[in-house]
This record gives sequence, C-alpha cells and structure tokens, in this order.
Amino acid sequence: MTPRSPTSSAPWLLAGPGALFFAGLVLLPLALTVILSFHAYDHSSGIQNTFTLSHYVTVLTDGYYLEIFWRTLRIAALTTIICAAIGVPEAYILSRMRDPWRSVFLLVIIGPLLVSVVVRTFGWSMLLGSQGLVNQALQLLGFAPARILYTETAIVIALVHVMLPFMVIPVWTALQKLDPMVEAAAWTLGASHFTALRRVVMPQVTLGMLSGSLIVFGLSASAFAVPALLGGRRLKMAATLVYDEYLQELNWPLGATIAIIVLVANLCIMLAYNRMIEARARRTLG
Amino acid sequence: MAFLTLEGVSKEFGTFTAVRDVNLTIEKGEFVSLLGPSGCGKTTTLQMIAGLVEPTFGRISLDGRDITREKPNRRGLGVVFQSYALFPHMTVAQNVAFGLEMRRVPSAERTERVREALALVQLSSFADRYPRQLSGGQRQRVAIARALVIAPPVLLLDEPLSNLDAKLREEMQFELRRIQRKVGTTTIMVTHDQAEALSISDRVVVMEEGRMTQVDAPYRLYEQPSNAFISSFVGKTNLLSGTWRRNGASGAVNINGTLLEASAPEIADGAPVTLSIRPEKLLLRETGAGRLEGRIASRFFLGSQWLFTVETALGTITVSAPNQGVEPPAEGAPVSLDWSPANLRIIAGTAAAA
Repeated sequence: MTPRSPTSSAPWLLAGPGALFFAGLVLLPLALTVILSFHAYDHSSGIQNTFTLSHYVTVLTDGYYLEIFWRTLRIAALTTIICAAIGVPEAYILSRMRDPWRSVFLLVIIGPLLVSVVVRTFGWSMLLGSQGLVNQALQLLGFAPARILYTETAIVIALVHVMLPFMVIPVWTALQKLDPMVEAAAWTLGASHFTALRRVVMPQVTLGMLSGSLIVFGLSASAFAVPALLGGRRLKMAATLVYDEYLQELNWPLGATIAIIVLVANLCIMLAYNRMIEARARRTLG
Repeated sequence: MAFLTLEGVSKEFGTFTAVRDVNLTIEKGEFVSLLGPSGCGKTTTLQMIAGLVEPTFGRISLDGRDITREKPNRRGLGVVFQSYALFPHMTVAQNVAFGLEMRRVPSAERTERVREALALVQLSSFADRYPRQLSGGQRQRVAIARALVIAPPVLLLDEPLSNLDAKLREEMQFELRRIQRKVGTTTIMVTHDQAEALSISDRVVVMEEGRMTQVDAPYRLYEQPSNAFISSFVGKTNLLSGTWRRNGASGAVNINGTLLEASAPEIADGAPVTLSIRPEKLLLRETGAGRLEGRIASRFFLGSQWLFTVETALGTITVSAPNQGVEPPAEGAPVSLDWSPANLRIIAGTAAAA
C-alpha cells in the first residue's frame, strides 16, 4: 500500500503564494485589457459601457495598422537573424577562451545589460545622427553622409546591441555542455575545422540557439524604448503604437485591442517556431 | 623496421614540462600501452601522436614520414577518446560513417564498410540507435568501430576502459585484444590500470612525471622492475630498505642486522638498496621451517586466494596464498616465511627516494 501524504492540502499551500502573485499581476490585468478592448469608444464622450468588435475590425482591415504590424515582424525577425549570426560565433569563441579572458569578455557581453536601455539608445542616436560620429567618419572617407537615424536600420542596429546577450548566453550554456573532445574526434576522422563546426558543433547548439531566438524575437517585437527614440514620430512599431493610442489619442480600447493582437500574434509565431524546430532537435538530441 | 617513432619528444605548458624527452619505437602491428599514474604525461604523449597537441621539441614520424606538425585531420589515425566523444546527434551508423564521408568514399562502399565495422564490434543490430540509447560498453565499441572503419595505420586508445564497470572492463579487455589481433592495426593504449596494461599489451611503457622509465614486455616488467616505483605500481609488492653486503658474485641485504641473501652483481658493497618481493612469491610455513619468523596480523579471504599481513622483525609483510580448499593459519598464529632467494629483487637506492 502506498503511504498517504499527511495533508493533501500541502501542495496547494506551497503553490498558493506563487499562484496568487501570478494571478494578481499577470492574469487579472490581462483579463481587464481583453475586456477593455471590447468596449465601445466615442471621441467626444470617451469609453462607453457597450461592447463591440469594431476595434478588431478596424485594426485588422486598416492598412496603417497592418503596415506597422508587418514592420514590427520584419524588424524583430531581422534582429533575431543578425543576433544569431553574430551571437553564435561569439559564444563559440567565448567558450574556447581560457580564464581570465573568458570572464573578462563575458562581462563585456553582459555589461550593456547593466546600463539603462534609454541611456544606451540615446548613445546610439548620438552616434547615428546626421552630425554623429558615423557620418563624420563617412565624410572623412569621402562618402556622402547617410541618413541612418529615424530609419529601420537604426532600430535594428540598436536592437541587435541590446539583444545580443540574450542570444550569446543560451548558446554559450549549450556549448558548455558539449564535450570538447567531440570536436577533436571529428578532426581525427578527417574533418576540417569548418566541417567539424558545421557537422558536429552546430547541430548540438541548436537548442540553445532556439531559446536565444525566442527570447530575442519576443523582446524585439515588443521593444518600446529603441523604436520610440530611434524611429522618430513616424516610424512606429507595435509597442510605440499602443503607447500612442493610449496617451496621445486617449483611445484606450483601441490600444488594448492592438496590445492583445500583438500578444496573440507573438504567441502564435513563437509556438509555431518552437514546435517546428524544437520537435526536430529533441528527436535527435534527446 | 620501425613504423612509428618518437624522437626526443617533449611538451611544455608554460613553465610546466608535461612530457620530457620521450624516445619510443613501435613496430607495425604491435600493441603498446603507456602506463602511469594520472598526471604522468601519458595522455599528452598520445595527443601529440594524434596531432591534438603540438610537441615543443622532438620529432614524430610514421612509416618514414615526418608528421610532427601535421594537422590531425591529415594524419588519418584512429582515436578512441576516454569520453568516447561520439556525435550525440547522429545514429550509430552515421557516427561510424563520418570518417568515410570525410574521405569521400562512395555511398555504396560506405554502407558496406560501416556494416563490416559494426559486425566486427558485434553491434550490427544497433545501427539505427542514437548513442544515448546505448550502454557504456556499447558506446565504447561504437567508438572503436568509428576509429577502425577508416583503416588507420595506428589506433590510439585513451583510457578506453576507465568508464566501464569492473566486470565489463575485463570482458572488453579481451574484446579489444581480439579486435586488434583480427585487424592487425598498430595500437597504442594509454591506461593507469596496470592489470589492463599487462593483460593485453605486447609491450608496456611506464611513465613517471613526464619521463619514460621502463619499456618492456609485460612479464619482464613484472618480474624485473627497474625501480622501486615500478615494482609497487605494477602489481603488489613488499618493499624493504637496507644496505648491500657484497660477497663475491652474490651477496646479502642487511636490514636492521638481519641478512637476507640475494644476487645483484653490479651494486657496490655498502650501498643503500631496496628489496622487493611479491606477495605470491612468499610461502607460509610452520614456525622454524622458514627463513623469517612472524605472526599473522590479519587475514583476508578473496575467493581464489588468501591475503595475509604478517608482523616480522623487518616490518609488516603482505603474503598471498592460493586457496587450496583448507583453512590456513588463523590471525595471531605464529608462522615462518620462506622464499626462493632468486625471487628477491634488489633495486639500487631507497624506496623513499623513488
């Protein structure tokens, strides 16, 4: 006979505080936002106590909103791809370094996280501005000055800078688990350094890269400070759009609708991506 | 003709010398073990042969070709790593096929050779499994098949059996020797386990603190160790310090006034020596019938044999005796130890200095 646990309520009591916290700070505001998004809105009298689907219809049919959604998706995807392209080799080099250099460079990579996003973004706007260092350098070399600030390029550059640690760290963790002799084994079997990386090391860091991409994509798609400061007034992304609807237009229900649509879209993309790649990686890596 | 030679090979890591002036000649088809305690430089030596570590000094040549600075992927040697280092995301067959793929062997021939290699290590039915679905012994055999399938001139084994449990390790020793005999590949194995080195090698190279101290056939290494360290590292032994009293062609060891006759012609009279005698070369006799009186301090039954520690005037001596089916003298019983003087090994110097 299996022994009965002394009190069957113990698991509930233990999980209780966490569950309450989660319910109070995540589920409740989320539910309120969902309800808000169905409220009718009138420009002269504000939020009405009647319910409507009109906000959803507006957002999903108006080209203005769709363009912003499309831009958000494009910028987030581009940031993720660039972060993977830079972060994976960076993590590999880091994992092959010896102490004390490894600790020093790990700090260099994590360092930016210790500085406020707003401060870092202002830094980028000074660098990329029409009289910024980048343009001065271009002119010195005899090129025409480029307009970088207030373009998608500026947003992507700054986002990559902010997001890189979130790609490097999961990949680095995956590499730590890798037996360094596995790579040596590939060499002794006749593989060049490049082939060994491609055929043996890369497939094993897929899972790390996957979690890194999910974090980077999710954070980029909902980034606020970077597009707000580097995109200017016209180049909006989803998060800045929501901000404007709430605080400029005062149309809270429409802002809530956009927020919910972005959340659902983000969730769908990430789940699909996860299923597609993780399922395959799990099958071979176990 | 020498097949693989190491001439004056040394490796320094900063100020630390891991391997010091190793000279070794290995014949084609030979099975050689590098034996030593951890940190003696044996793995570094193997990695220098494999090309994973570059020697600081010296020259390594294979079949007349200088390979000292050649990249590991050009040497074409088969290496079995201590951790096996299988590719976890590939099946057993893909693991074994990897080396052939790198050599651009046509697909049909590749399949055939992978099949043969897996048959050799008796894993034919596991071709489609992933390494994580295999036991330790099976993984080890996959690693051997992967290294052998490329038909390497030399097979390098780095502590291949150390991750296996005792019973499996013994089986794999014979398995390894069977495979090596069948394929005829020149093999170098690194091990810290003297029993493993003695049982399967043609020759054993003993390494201590980066130096090679003795190269011999297993039997000769056991019977004629060149120093006190080897005599206690290879098998069990009793070491007693004394001084040498020369008496013509033979002589005796003086240990605290007790003279034990032995032969060691080239040692000068009065020199400090270490006497070594193996537990199985000692016989327990009735009091007065042997050469040295003592009392049994403890007795251990090991199944096939008994192990005794005997208190004597010269110190505590370990004796082993085969289990003859009769109960031997009990603890506390007075006994006398006997031996044949030819079985005493006299080593110049004291045990403490070795």
